[in-house]
Amino acid sequence: MSILFVLIAVGLALLALAAWAFIWAVDHDQFEDLEQAAHSILLDADEVTREARGRAEEGSA
Amino acid sequence: MSAAAALACAPAACFHCGSALPAGAALSLAIDGVARPMCCPGCLAVATAIVDQGLADYYRHRTGRAVNPEQLVASSAEELRAFDDEEIARGFARREPDGTCTATLSIAGARCAACAWLIERRLRRRPGVLDVAVHLTSQRAQLSWDPRVVRLSELLDDVAQVGYVARPYEPDRDEQRVRAERHRSLRRLGVAGLGMMQVMMYAIALYAGALQGIDEPQRALLRWVSLVVTTPVVCYAASPFFASALRDLRNRQLGMDVPVALAIGGAYLASAWSVLRGAGGVYFDSVCMFAFFLLLGRHLETEMRRRSDELARRLLNGAPRTARRVGALGEEIVATRQLAPGDRVRVREGEAIPADGVIVEGQSSVDEVLLTGEPFPHARFPGDRVIGGSQNVESPLVIEVQRSGAESTLSWIVALLDRALADRPATVRAADRVGRWFVATVLALAAAVTCYWWRVQPDRAFEIALALLVSTCPCALSLATPAALAAATAALARAGLLVTRGHVVEGLARVTDFVFDKTGTLTRGEIELVAIRPLAAARESECLEIARALEEHSSHPIARAFFAFGGPRERFVRPRRAVSRRTCSDAATRTGLGVEGVIAGVRYRLGRVDWALALAPGSRVPPFEEADVAVLLVGEHGPVAWFGLRDELRPAAPRLIAQLRERGIRTHLLSGDPSPGASRVAQRLGIAYARSGVSAAQKLAYVRDLQARGAVVAAAGDGVNDAPVLAAAQISVAMGGGSDLARARADCVLLGGDLGALARAVGWSRRTHRVIRENLAWALLYNLAILPLAGMGLVAPYAAAIGMSLSSLLVVGNSLRLREMRLDP
Repeated sequence: MSILFVLIAVGLALLALAAWAFIWAVDHDQFEDLEQAAHSILLDADEVTREARGRAEEGSA
Repeated sequence: MSAAAALACAPAACFHCGSALPAGAALSLAIDGVARPMCCPGCLAVATAIVDQGLADYYRHRTGRAVNPEQLVASSAEELRAFDDEEIARGFARREPDGTCTATLSIAGARCAACAWLIERRLRRRPGVLDVAVHLTSQRAQLSWDPRVVRLSELLDDVAQVGYVARPYEPDRDEQRVRAERHRSLRRLGVAGLGMMQVMMYAIALYAGALQGIDEPQRALLRWVSLVVTTPVVCYAASPFFASALRDLRNRQLGMDVPVALAIGGAYLASAWSVLRGAGGVYFDSVCMFAFFLLLGRHLETEMRRRSDELARRLLNGAPRTARRVGALGEEIVATRQLAPGDRVRVREGEAIPADGVIVEGQSSVDEVLLTGEPFPHARFPGDRVIGGSQNVESPLVIEVQRSGAESTLSWIVALLDRALADRPATVRAADRVGRWFVATVLALAAAVTCYWWRVQPDRAFEIALALLVSTCPCALSLATPAALAAATAALARAGLLVTRGHVVEGLARVTDFVFDKTGTLTRGEIELVAIRPLAAARESECLEIARALEEHSSHPIARAFFAFGGPRERFVRPRRAVSRRTCSDAATRTGLGVEGVIAGVRYRLGRVDWALALAPGSRVPPFEEADVAVLLVGEHGPVAWFGLRDELRPAAPRLIAQLRERGIRTHLLSGDPSPGASRVAQRLGIAYARSGVSAAQKLAYVRDLQARGAVVAAAGDGVNDAPVLAAAQISVAMGGGSDLARARADCVLLGGDLGALARAVGWSRRTHRVIRENLAWALLYNLAILPLAGMGLVAPYAAAIGMSLSSLLVVGNSLRLREMRLDP
C-alpha cells in the first residue's frame, strides 16, 4: 500500500494545478460571459469549413 | 433559383431588419446566391458591408432580426474623430506601457450571438486591433488596439457599417469594485469546491478504514493530507464568514454567520488538534462541504444583485459624451464634462442634449421620454429650458448650458432614487430578525448540551457539541430560499421577465393589487389612425389624401399613423411619393400645433383644433369623441375632416388583465393624461379601477393608500415620472422599451414587452412560493428531528455532515424543478 504515498502526492500536485488554473481563468475574465463562447465556436467552425472547401474547389478547378 | 423567383416567393419583409417592405420598394441584395429584399437604403448599405466582408454567415446563424439602422442614432465622422483626441480618450481608455490602448465600448443593437460574432469578426480584420471580445449580456465590448496603426474612430465606424453603434464606455470606480468582488467570490468558490472534492475522497477512505480496518501509517497520512487541503479552504475560502461573524459580535448582534464561523472554526481546530496528537475524530469533510455549500448559496445571490446594478449603470451611458461647443472661433467638439455653465452648444436633430440649459436659437420638439415617460415630443422655443439626456427631434438648436455633469437633472434624479431605495428591503430585515432568534436558540442549545455532556462524559462533549452545531447548521435552511429563487429567476428570464431583485419572486405570489400607468404599459406607444369623419362634401379617401400630403413633411410620430392607415404597418420607413398622389407646396411644421401647406391652390392646416380653425374664421365644428386624440383638418373654405387617433393596445394586454382577475388580483389604471382616453382603455380591457389626470404625487398617494389598507401592490410603468410609484410599490415592473431610469431601478424588467409573461410570472411565483415552503418545511423538520438525536450523542459528526449535505441536496433538487417553466403553470 506504499503506492498510496506516491498517488496522494501526485493528487495534491494535480489539485494545486487545478486551483491555479481556476484562479488564472477567473482573473482573466473567462467567467464573464458564459453564453457567447458556446455560440462563437460554432460560427467560427462553419467559416473555417467553408474556407477549406473553397480552397479545395480552387485546387480542383 | 432565379432572382425573379426568389423575389416572387419572398415574404413582404426586409431580410435584414424584418420590417414591412414599403409599397413599390425595389431594393434587394444577393446573399448566398439568393436575392433578398431590403426595406431601405440603410439596411441595404449594412447588408452590403456584411456580405462584402465575407461575413454572410451572420444571416445563417442569427436567431433574431437585426435592428433597423435608422433606429440607431448614428454619429458623424467628425463626432467619432473626437474620440481620437488624447484629452477625451483619457476618460475611457487605458494606455499600456507598450503604447497600445484598452477600452470598454458599449454596443447598441446587438441581439444574439451572431451579432457579437459579426462585430468581433469585423474588428479583428483590421490591422492594429489586438483583441476584441463582445459580451452580449452586458452589451459591452472589450477592445485593445494600437493607436499608432489604427484610430479608434475608424474602428467605431467599422462597427457602424455593419449596423451597430459602438461608443466608448467609462467604467466607474464602483463598477470595478463590484467586478473585483465577483472575482474574489468566484476564486473562493473554486478553492472550496476543489478542496471539498479532494477531502471527501480522503474521508471516504477513512470511513471505509474505520469499518474494515486500516494501517496506522496510512490513516495518519490521510488525516495529515486532509488537514493540508482543508487549511486553505478554512483560511482563504471561508474567511468572509469569520470576518462577518467578528463584525456581528463587535456590533453586539447575532448574525447567521456566528454559528457558521463557530462550527467551521471549531471543527477545524478540533480536527487539527486530533491530527497533531494522533487520536480523536476529524471532521475535515464536514468543514469543506459546509463552507462550499454556503459560499455557493451566497454567490448565486450576489450574482442576481449584480445584474440589477449593471442595468442601472447602463443608464449613465445614455448621457452623451461629447458636445459641439460654439465659441468665437466656430464649433469645436469637447467632452461633456468639460462643459461649464454659460457655454453655448449646438445640438443637431436626432442628437441627445448634453446638459441642462436654455434654448437661445432655433425651435424644435424635444423627446423627454427618458425623464417623463411622455411618448410625444414636446415643442420647445427660444427661452425654454431643456433637460440633459433628452433627445432633440426636429431641427438644430443652440443651447446655453446652465448645469452640467454631476449637477444636471438626470444625475439628481438618480441620486434621489438611490436614497429612496436605500430604506426599502423590509422583507430582508424580517428574515434577519428571524435568523437572529434561530441563531440564538441554536447557540444556547449547543452550550447547554455541551455543559451537560461535560459533566457526564467529558471526552465526548466536544464531539457531541460539534455534531449538534453541524446538524443544526442552517445550511439547508439558508439554501431553501436562494436556491428556489435562483431557479425561478432563470425560468422567468427565459420567459421574458428579467428579475433584478431577490424579493420579486416571493413578492409576486402575494400581490393583491396591480397598478398600471397607461402610456407604454398597456399600449404600444404607437399612434394609430382609427376614424375619419368628413365634415364637408369630400369623401374619406380624399380627406386622407390631403392629410397625407401635409404630413409627408412632418417627422412627428403622429404623421406615421396617416401612412399606416389601411395598409401594411410600416414602422420605420415612411414611403415618400408612393402613397400620396397630391403634392403639397409651401409646407411648414408648426411645432406643437400641427402642419400647414398649400395643395392645389388651397391652404390647409392639420393639427390642434383652435389653431386649425383660425384658418377659416367663424366656422364651427361638431364635437368628436370617438377616439383618444382628435386632430382637425381645415381648409381656407372651412373644416374638412376630423381624424381620430388611438394608442394601440399591446396584443397581450386583454389576456393579462383577464388572467390577473382570474387569480383574484385587483387591477388599477392611473393615467397622468387628463383626456378620457384612459377610462376608454380601462373599459376596453375590463380594468376595475381607473383614474385619469393623476399627478405623480397623487399616484404615489393612491399606492400608499392601497398599502395602508393592507394591499400588496405591484406597479408597472415605463417613465421616470413613474419612478416614485415604482419605488413605493412592493414589486415594480418596468417595460423593456421604457425609459432607462425606470428599467434600471425596477425590481424586474419585462423584456420584449410581452405582457403575457407577466401573468405567467405571477403563476410561476406562486409555484415558487410553494417550493420554498416545502424546502423550509423539510429543512426545519430535518433540523428538529436530528437535534434531540445529536443532543443525546447518537449522531457522529460525520453522520451529521452527511445528513446535512443530503438535506441540502434535497432542497437544491426540489428547487431545480422550477427551472423548466411550463407555459401555463
